[in-house]
Amino acid sequence: MVIRISYLVLGLLMVHYAIFVDKSSAHTRMEHLFFFWSAFGFIACLLIIFVSKWYGHAKWFGTDFRVMSPEDYYDD
Amino acid sequence: MTDLWIHPAMIIMVGALLLPFIPRSAAVLKSYLVTVPVLAFLSVLFMEVPEQGTPALIHGEFMVLGWKLTFGRVDALSNIFGHIMTLMCIIGTIYGLHVKDIKEHMAAWLYVAGSLGVIYCADYIVLFLFWELMAFTSVFLVWFRKRKESLPCGYRYLLVHTAGGLFLLAGFVLRYKLTGALDFNLLDVTHPTIYTYLITIGFILNAAVPPFHAWLPDAYGEATVSGAVFMCAFTTKTAVYALARGVAGLDILIPLGVFMALYGVVYAVLENDSRRLLAYHIISQVGYMVTGVGIGTQMAINGTCAHAFAHILYKGLLFMGCGSVLYMTGKSKFTELGGLYPKMPRAFVYTLIGGLSISAFPLFSGFVSKSMIVAAGFKEHMLWPAFLLTLASAGTFLHTGLKVPYFIWFGKNNCSKETWEKAAEPPMNMEVAMFAASFLCILIGCYLPYLYDLLPYSKEASDYAHHVYSAYHVSESLQILLFTALGFFMFTKKLAPEPTISIDMDWFYRKGGRAFFWLARKPIQTFDTWFGEVYRTVGLYPLMTTAKFWSWFDWHGIDGVVDGLARLVRSVGTRLRSVQSGRLQYNIYYAVVIVAVLIVTYVYG
Repeated sequence: MVIRISYLVLGLLMVHYAIFVDKSSAHTRMEHLFFFWSAFGFIACLLIIFVSKWYGHAKWFGTDFRVMSPEDYYDD
Repeated sequence: MTDLWIHPAMIIMVGALLLPFIPRSAAVLKSYLVTVPVLAFLSVLFMEVPEQGTPALIHGEFMVLGWKLTFGRVDALSNIFGHIMTLMCIIGTIYGLHVKDIKEHMAAWLYVAGSLGVIYCADYIVLFLFWELMAFTSVFLVWFRKRKESLPCGYRYLLVHTAGGLFLLAGFVLRYKLTGALDFNLLDVTHPTIYTYLITIGFILNAAVPPFHAWLPDAYGEATVSGAVFMCAFTTKTAVYALARGVAGLDILIPLGVFMALYGVVYAVLENDSRRLLAYHIISQVGYMVTGVGIGTQMAINGTCAHAFAHILYKGLLFMGCGSVLYMTGKSKFTELGGLYPKMPRAFVYTLIGGLSISAFPLFSGFVSKSMIVAAGFKEHMLWPAFLLTLASAGTFLHTGLKVPYFIWFGKNNCSKETWEKAAEPPMNMEVAMFAASFLCILIGCYLPYLYDLLPYSKEASDYAHHVYSAYHVSESLQILLFTALGFFMFTKKLAPEPTISIDMDWFYRKGGRAFFWLARKPIQTFDTWFGEVYRTVGLYPLMTTAKFWSWFDWHGIDGVVDGLARLVRSVGTRLRSVQSGRLQYNIYYAVVIVAVLIVTYVYG
């Protein structure tokens, strides 16, 4: 139920933007696309999650060195 | 102009120095602790601020050894920073009111005094004095945590800041040599010279701009519960003030600022410790301010000041929220927390208000401040920086607005039985402080004149006030934030915390220091042994079988030269080994101090 209402809110937000919002203060032409900022938010979120996780887990310099290291990494 | 002008830093400093003489009865001590920062705040509030466009009011000028030192310069820029710093000092002190150790209060107050000293000063000598005071007092807020890790962590913090101070020192001394000026005003940023860059490096190190940023999560994650609340407000924002005052419009700051806004977000994804995550988000948020300084227009400087103002409150609030969890449960890692809502619901609400403010949700403080910097970018047709900063703001909501509250108060319950039993709402004073900060976050978001009237360029500010709640801006922000939330709930599993630490730039001085010793120990020792071998086989054995003459000659030749060399190498090796037993921090620290003394004697001698 909560989930359905949430989807409804997201949908209404897009419809509202597409029909009612005055886009004269948009900075670029692509912002006139009705889904622009929705897509921007969603893609930004996915980009941040996946790029960061890749960055943290990837093996660097062909070694076992990872950015996300065990907690005792600096201990002797 | 009134003749009586009391420096707010002096109120706090005298207050701190009198603290040991205050009677230990709880009521007296607590009222004293609240009174002093309130007095400082009132002194800022009733300070006469010149109209925009008129010269700054100068107070507290002294001639010392032929130098003109100016302690008090009051204009709109120093006023807004003085206002928020003293306000935060009240909130932070109330938050730490339960702390019995008065040394911690003293350290925190002297640290605040350092920050205020920088804000009101008008020449580089006074600035440098207070700049160093900040570093040398705030380090105690790390040491007072009294864990095994606190000591080395504090030394690392001090080491980095001493190095940064040296850049600053070298920069302004060089400038003095070349131009004869020591005044702390806007430098010629269109023709930057080497001293412009040296001074900028000194400033951006304190602003935690990569690659000079690793001290921040390192120290703030390790500081005491109330110490972190102070630290998160003062060092970086004082540096932002110094940048806005000294190098506004320096182009290089734009890419640096955008980069750090994104860098902080990436590391925040990986972070498992809630306070370190917040620390990485300081880097990200200060990135906006650094970009604003780099853009340098009136609107951008307004945005920088507004964002610093709002940031100090909501970041303090977030550190207070996570700090209260740490204070009650002793845990700050997501993998050791979770599902705490039934135990600490009010702490959750305060933290959420902080989270919504930092994420620039409409009606919260970040919305009216952060957007001003982005709008200033769009206005100057800097599309890439503006869009990238907008992207970073999605990351801010993802972590501080969603991940922090979700994985501490909801999500999988990782609490041990002990943690769970200890969890409860924090003491009254902590709650009062969090309530006050929450109230201010919402006030700033809902009632624009409070913040906008303090901004240095009032016309730009009132122009922007008409646009900030336009349908377009509200709709744009809500779409970005809510669709980010959609992404979060679709990929919550992917974001589940992992018990790791993230390697950052501090690797170079944490592991790099060890590499130095390995280099000192291993190769030189190996060389020493190898040399001994060569000496025996090449030098000794064949010689015994060759002619007497050669034998005699070589024997003496090698004995004299080679053995002497070997002895020399061995003695160097021994000396390095003895150095190794000492603390690396001390040694580098001494080296840095010696360099500083040399520079000063060279220049002034």
